Amino acid sequence: MIVILASVIDGVLIGAVYGLAAMGLTLIWGVMKVINLAHGIIIVLGMFALYFLATGLGLPPYGAVPVVITLGFVLGVALYWIAVHRIIGQPELMSLLATFAVNMVLVGLGTALWSTSPYNVPVSLPGVSWRDYTFTGTHLMAALLAAVIAGLLYLLLYHTRVGKAIRAVAGNREAAELSGIPTTRILAAAFGLGVALAAVSGTLIATMFPFTVLSGEAYQLKSFVVTVLGGLGNPAGALLGGIALGLVEGLATPFMPVSWIPIIEFGLFVLCLIVFPRGIFALSKA
Amino acid sequence: MKRTILGMALAALLIGATPALADDALKIGFTVSQTGKLNNDSVAQMRGFELWRDQVNAAGGIKAGGKQNKVDFVTYDDESQNARVQQLYTRLIAQDKAQFLFSPYSSGLVASAAIVSEQYGKVMITTGAAEEKTYKLGNKNLFQIYSPAGQYLAGALLALKAKNPKAQIAFVYEDDPFSKAVAQAVRELAKRDGMTLALDESYSSGTTDFGPIINKVIASKADALLGGGHYADGATLARQLHDQKAGLKWVTLLVAPDSPNFATLGDAAVGISVPSQWEPQVKFKPDFGPTAEAFTKAFSDKFKIEPGYHAAGGFAAGLILQHAIEQAGSTEPAQVAAALNKMDVTTMFGRTKFSTEPKEHGLQIGHEMVLAQWQRKNGKLVKEVIWPNAAKTADIIY
Amino acid sequence: MWRRPFPWLIAIVALAFALIPYFGDDVQLRESLLLAAIYVILASNLNLMIGYAGYVNFGNIVFFGLGGYVCVYLVSEWSWPLLPAALAGGIFVSVLALLFGLGILRLRGAFFALATIGVSEAIKQLVTNFEPWGGATGIYLSLEAYTPLGGPMQALWTTYLLVIVVMAASLFLSYAIKNSKFGLGLLAIGQNEDAAATLGVPTPLYKSLVYSTSGFLPAVAGGLYFFKTGIIEPNSAFNLGLSVEAIVMVMLGGQGTIIGPAIGAFVYEEMRGILLTAESFSHFQLVIAGILLLVIVMFAPGGLVGLVHRRWPVTRRWLE
Repeated sequence: MIVILASVIDGVLIGAVYGLAAMGLTLIWGVMKVINLAHGIIIVLGMFALYFLATGLGLPPYGAVPVVITLGFVLGVALYWIAVHRIIGQPELMSLLATFAVNMVLVGLGTALWSTSPYNVPVSLPGVSWRDYTFTGTHLMAALLAAVIAGLLYLLLYHTRVGKAIRAVAGNREAAELSGIPTTRILAAAFGLGVALAAVSGTLIATMFPFTVLSGEAYQLKSFVVTVLGGLGNPAGALLGGIALGLVEGLATPFMPVSWIPIIEFGLFVLCLIVFPRGIFALSKA
Repeated sequence: MKRTILGMALAALLIGATPALADDALKIGFTVSQTGKLNNDSVAQMRGFELWRDQVNAAGGIKAGGKQNKVDFVTYDDESQNARVQQLYTRLIAQDKAQFLFSPYSSGLVASAAIVSEQYGKVMITTGAAEEKTYKLGNKNLFQIYSPAGQYLAGALLALKAKNPKAQIAFVYEDDPFSKAVAQAVRELAKRDGMTLALDESYSSGTTDFGPIINKVIASKADALLGGGHYADGATLARQLHDQKAGLKWVTLLVAPDSPNFATLGDAAVGISVPSQWEPQVKFKPDFGPTAEAFTKAFSDKFKIEPGYHAAGGFAAGLILQHAIEQAGSTEPAQVAAALNKMDVTTMFGRTKFSTEPKEHGLQIGHEMVLAQWQRKNGKLVKEVIWPNAAKTADIIY
Repeated sequence: MWRRPFPWLIAIVALAFALIPYFGDDVQLRESLLLAAIYVILASNLNLMIGYAGYVNFGNIVFFGLGGYVCVYLVSEWSWPLLPAALAGGIFVSVLALLFGLGILRLRGAFFALATIGVSEAIKQLVTNFEPWGGATGIYLSLEAYTPLGGPMQALWTTYLLVIVVMAASLFLSYAIKNSKFGLGLLAIGQNEDAAATLGVPTPLYKSLVYSTSGFLPAVAGGLYFFKTGIIEPNSAFNLGLSVEAIVMVMLGGQGTIIGPAIGAFVYEEMRGILLTAESFSHFQLVIAGILLLVIVMFAPGGLVGLVHRRWPVTRRWLE
């Protein structure tokens, strides 16, 4: 019984981070209907950023968070102008391929620079112990920061002019353009935001686990699942979706061989797509 | 029509892009995973090959057939993929005319390469591959340098038994060919030795968070954990075990703790043991070639990093091949193979003897694994050899 | 022959593929062409979904991998001869695709694409846990499996010729479908599915048929390919990266055309092969391939065939 509770709590904590990772993906989709296949490698860049900032420059680990958000935003805007701008409005396939190309380039560069060796940033925070089980400080902190960042995103989207503009463009680009919103710049900003979110989630993940250049692949797949659970284009849904996924992982582990869990995740994923295309949380809105 | 012309032009381009090589050198071919997930260990293995080649050529080459043969490598990037391995080994044999082959790194890739090398009757020295199945498929020209997978955790189990025969063991390993083969062997050994398995589970290769599994381990009240897989997951597992205060008295993980990088885990690394094909501190008395110490120094000087067992395996592969050619007095594959089959020698890597049973030809039967453990010495983290007793440099921490 | 030159073109090309390495006894060329042929098969059949019906099948590799597993399993455990085993793989996968299709083909656009990823990954994980198929270790073919075909050397040539046949079949299939009522219906669905439905095109039926059909030949090819490779395990059988590369090939060559995907596959594979073996590039081959892809997507979305059509409009008639 206790082990179930412990696993569930663990799952929820890590789920918050999954959710943060997926928020960037779902935001980009929601605003410009682009599936960002470079999502995984950007998460990895966030991880390496932490490594170089913390061990290279001696920054306190969580101090890297605002730095990465800023750098991620800049990178995102740059990527938008390089790869995405020309294909907005074209069939989805084009954006898939363009972001995939970006992914190839970045992974290639990353491998050439850092090989596939594992890197680790030792971060230790006092954890919370309960009976035999410990909830690590880093997990708690990461979940907390994920929630905070999600909250900030919400504030940005719903209580600032930029946010309103972003939502307007997401709703109907032509109408937004006609209302005088500089849609191209907003798209670039939204893309930048999405990339920043992905990068900072990588940074948080790196405070908890060691990583390699290829670690992003697993998180990208998870992000797809979370995005669908929460509803494509719905950032709040992404956070909840992430927590839901973490919950599923935590709940299932005590009861079955751990190697079956991915089957459940993907099965759920496909089921969700078929039965709840707008995500499980959209039911109330429908 | 256009397409055929295009195709032929491109094919010509492909053929024309071969690098030119010296004609009377001894050509050894192999692929390295320059990209893809096997990159890290594959490059270490390649460096072992290169160090050997440099030393041999500096000494004038390999003596055989009345001449001194300089060693030349032909290598390509296999992208850590089976499809490429086959394509490239065919190229190495058919086009680059490699006379001998070294294997790629990792059991899966070696299996693919073996099919090609066997077809053409080329001798391939395999290193970086412990999977036993490859040698049970009816080969004639494969020679394994590493101890087979079945051996990996045997030493750990024995050491554990020596400390606490009643230990409850949790078995948590990666769902991949290598780790599963190791797991299978240990399961049987544990049963035979009467040791209890409190938990026995595999995790998928893409697992990012071991929290729930570790909770399961804690719930099972295990004293010891054996398993892991490759780098990333082994390191993550070690770190989380520590962070979650799993309270295990004995942890042996595959592969990951062997890398010097493992020390970056800090406190999480203390006490973790790893089965190793070789450690720099081993004190074998070689029949030929440098001692482990000399090898370690030469490697560190050249590559500015301490060699691990992947590099040592690469170096040993070269040494063994060289010795076989010298013994055979020729570079004819059949004669070299015969020399390899007869071999029973000790090098800096340990004892090397190949099985000549047809149904498991080439399997390594002479080499023994050592068990190394991370311990704190004068405030620094170092790896000490703790098993077998004959080779140990420090006592076991339990 | 000049009225309908296209099928003849396919036959000539296939013959060239088959005979050139054979008469030169050039094993190295054969290996390269085999990989290229496999990619042509994957891309051509994928084009049926992407180029004709407009549905992006991101998990297309699952056909290849499952077909491979069925064939290798039958050959290894039940000593079936190669050809029946490969065909059995094809049939198994087609039927499975029909069943899965019922569920996921009602999704549109990106949702469908994501669902195919989910299906592919789920099946990969299932196979990893499926012990009769070797679980994570996979199935290793013993060298004796090649004796019924005359030993490994001979078996490789035979397998190669069979793969060429499947490649020709894929191209003929694309051609046949495009010139049929079925194909017309698919193209209509690709343009505007709802309009097509209103006009009387039986869209659910056609979608299921094309999804199932697009899986048959890749599955057979998978069987032949993994037989030749001698080992099949989940990571190499269900390599999502390869799925995406197949999409790239279709785009590179020109989606919706018949020869486009084939050209795209061939060019892409040869380009990667060259980059891989050229000394100076090997560290950066992924980067270069990525840049090339980006350039194509941004400036030549109709693919190579699209470029040719624009520059020399007369080719539109016979270079489909």
